Amino acid sequence: MTSPTTRWKLETIVPLALFVLFAAVPLWGHLADNTFYIAFFARILIYGIAVAALNLALGFGGLVSLGHALFLGIGAYCVAIPSFYGIDNGWLHLLLAVSICAVIGLITGAISLRTSGIGFIMITLAFAQMGYFLFVSLKQYGGDDGTTIAYTSKFFGIDLGGVYTVYITAFLLLVLLTWWTARLRKAPFGMVVRGARQNARRVSAVGFPARRYLLVAYVISAVLTGLAGLLLANLNSFASPETLSWIISGDLVVMLVLGGLGTVFGPVVGAFAFLGLEEILKMVTDHWLAVFGLAIVVIGLVGKAGIIGLLASISQRFMRGPSAPPSSSPAAPAVGAANNNHKRVQA
Amino acid sequence: MDLTLILSQLLNGVQYGVLLFLLAAGLTLVFGIMSFVNLAHGSLYMLGAYFGATTYNHTDSFVLAILAAVGGCILVGVILERTAISRLYMRDHLDHVLVTFGLVLFFNEMAQIIWGTQPYFLPVPAWLDSTVEIFGMTYPSYRFAIIVAGLLAAVGSHLLIHKTRLGMLIRAGSVNPQMVGALGVNIKLLNALLFAIGAALAGLAGVMAGPILSVQSGMGEPVLITVLVVIVIGGIGSVSGAFYAAIIVGIADTMGRAFLPMLLREVMARDLANAAGPAIASMLIYVLMAVVLAIRPQGLFAAQKS
Repeated sequence: MTSPTTRWKLETIVPLALFVLFAAVPLWGHLADNTFYIAFFARILIYGIAVAALNLALGFGGLVSLGHALFLGIGAYCVAIPSFYGIDNGWLHLLLAVSICAVIGLITGAISLRTSGIGFIMITLAFAQMGYFLFVSLKQYGGDDGTTIAYTSKFFGIDLGGVYTVYITAFLLLVLLTWWTARLRKAPFGMVVRGARQNARRVSAVGFPARRYLLVAYVISAVLTGLAGLLLANLNSFASPETLSWIISGDLVVMLVLGGLGTVFGPVVGAFAFLGLEEILKMVTDHWLAVFGLAIVVIGLVGKAGIIGLLASISQRFMRGPSAPPSSSPAAPAVGAANNNHKRVQA
Repeated sequence: MDLTLILSQLLNGVQYGVLLFLLAAGLTLVFGIMSFVNLAHGSLYMLGAYFGATTYNHTDSFVLAILAAVGGCILVGVILERTAISRLYMRDHLDHVLVTFGLVLFFNEMAQIIWGTQPYFLPVPAWLDSTVEIFGMTYPSYRFAIIVAGLLAAVGSHLLIHKTRLGMLIRAGSVNPQMVGALGVNIKLLNALLFAIGAALAGLAGVMAGPILSVQSGMGEPVLITVLVVIVIGGIGSVSGAFYAAIIVGIADTMGRAFLPMLLREVMARDLANAAGPAIASMLIYVLMAVVLAIRPQGLFAAQKS
């Protein structure tokens, strides 16, 4: 598996090239004196962090959460509300975001995990909606319209509100998170969570309390999403209930599936492809959402190997040459069968 | 707080609950029998309202508007079921979420392209634009008509499910779809029919809600999420559970919004109550759902499954 021919596969090269591109963006932006694209790429990085966090719950644990925007919004308001009272201490913002997301994640996760399948989807959605209405009704913090953040987070006198500082912070966090995801795939904790997705009963029988492991994965995912929210608030100097809307939760799921569910590089590739496509479509037509919606329908119908899966199958064909039997086609039904099996056990 | 105010708010709650039930009935059957997550159900409700409003503006007939809404939604529903949704029954829930989420974005944008961004208004028909006397107080006839129509739909669906052959197949399908198919029932046709019934009820709810709310793109999503709460409280797959839960949620939400800020003002400082009242009122039904789940994860009125 570790021979040089298999190590440098297309599905590794392309994401690494993407990271090189991300590293070059601030330099290019500095030379071209163009902060618009730095802010745009910072958004990609921040959403990449949120999607990587969702990957832990959805890709690893199989928890279809349609409410992750809740934690993104909590993270954002953990900057906005202290800022409203003139507090710009970044450490306090960070402490609030981490602790509140952990507590809310623990409570909502413990309740949501009492159900599975359809129930889980609807409950996570409802919890996010609850948060949305809470912030809509908090009129003193802007209500519907949201609130501008006058005092962005400051760490050791460094202002996270600057477009370069937030970009570099998000970049480093995303690199760290991607590396950690790669480690987690092989680590015992990640193995148990992935096992729980396929068959929770068997994992419990082996001696790992599956639900407790899933809950821990959900809470970690919530906290990481909260960090993305904190960065997003600093980037935009703005927080609004729109961050908690269920459309954002849906967007995060689409980004993850588009990139590649449960893969190491899926989140970053998915966020890049999704936001890039959105930006291009916006230039072409005002009604880009109609095209975009249909694109999502097609992605859902075609399957969920994602871009990483597509790159993997291309490189596999390329490596083996046309004479060898393609191994990707027998592999696909096997995955489907495993899914069906998993479904039957759940039902 | 006088009695007539409470009574009229109670009726408003029932009226809201009845509308929720029309949406929940179709959705819970699709959930329960096909195990399908349909986020696009709210889009059918929106389309029903638009079809109804457009027809009314051209013909001035509310009856035709209802027919157009129901018929149009059945057509859209069947096309959807055949082209996209029937391919997904065997796939897992994540695919359902993805496809129907994409459909929601698509329908909302199409509604903006076809009908524009300005909200439409569907007037109350003249023959219902009056008030009725109930328990010594006056209540708008139109809202009363919604309650009656919704209750009729509830009774109709109860009879359909418990007294007809189709209803028997639906109940059997919710317990064991494979066995029903093995016994020679055309399960594809049954699924399409169910989806069409759900679409028709959603269209009916849309056109009836038209004169109360403004008809606009994206109107389906808030109500869809409330309907999901109803279904979770009632128990997934149970139509009678959906009915009771819809009434409970409708009354709790309406009464909470009307009286909670007032009640809080009695027990706490005025400005604190003014801030907390609307916040708690808008979260009330979600709190209710969380409590129900914590105590009975299968829902209050869950269908009996072996």
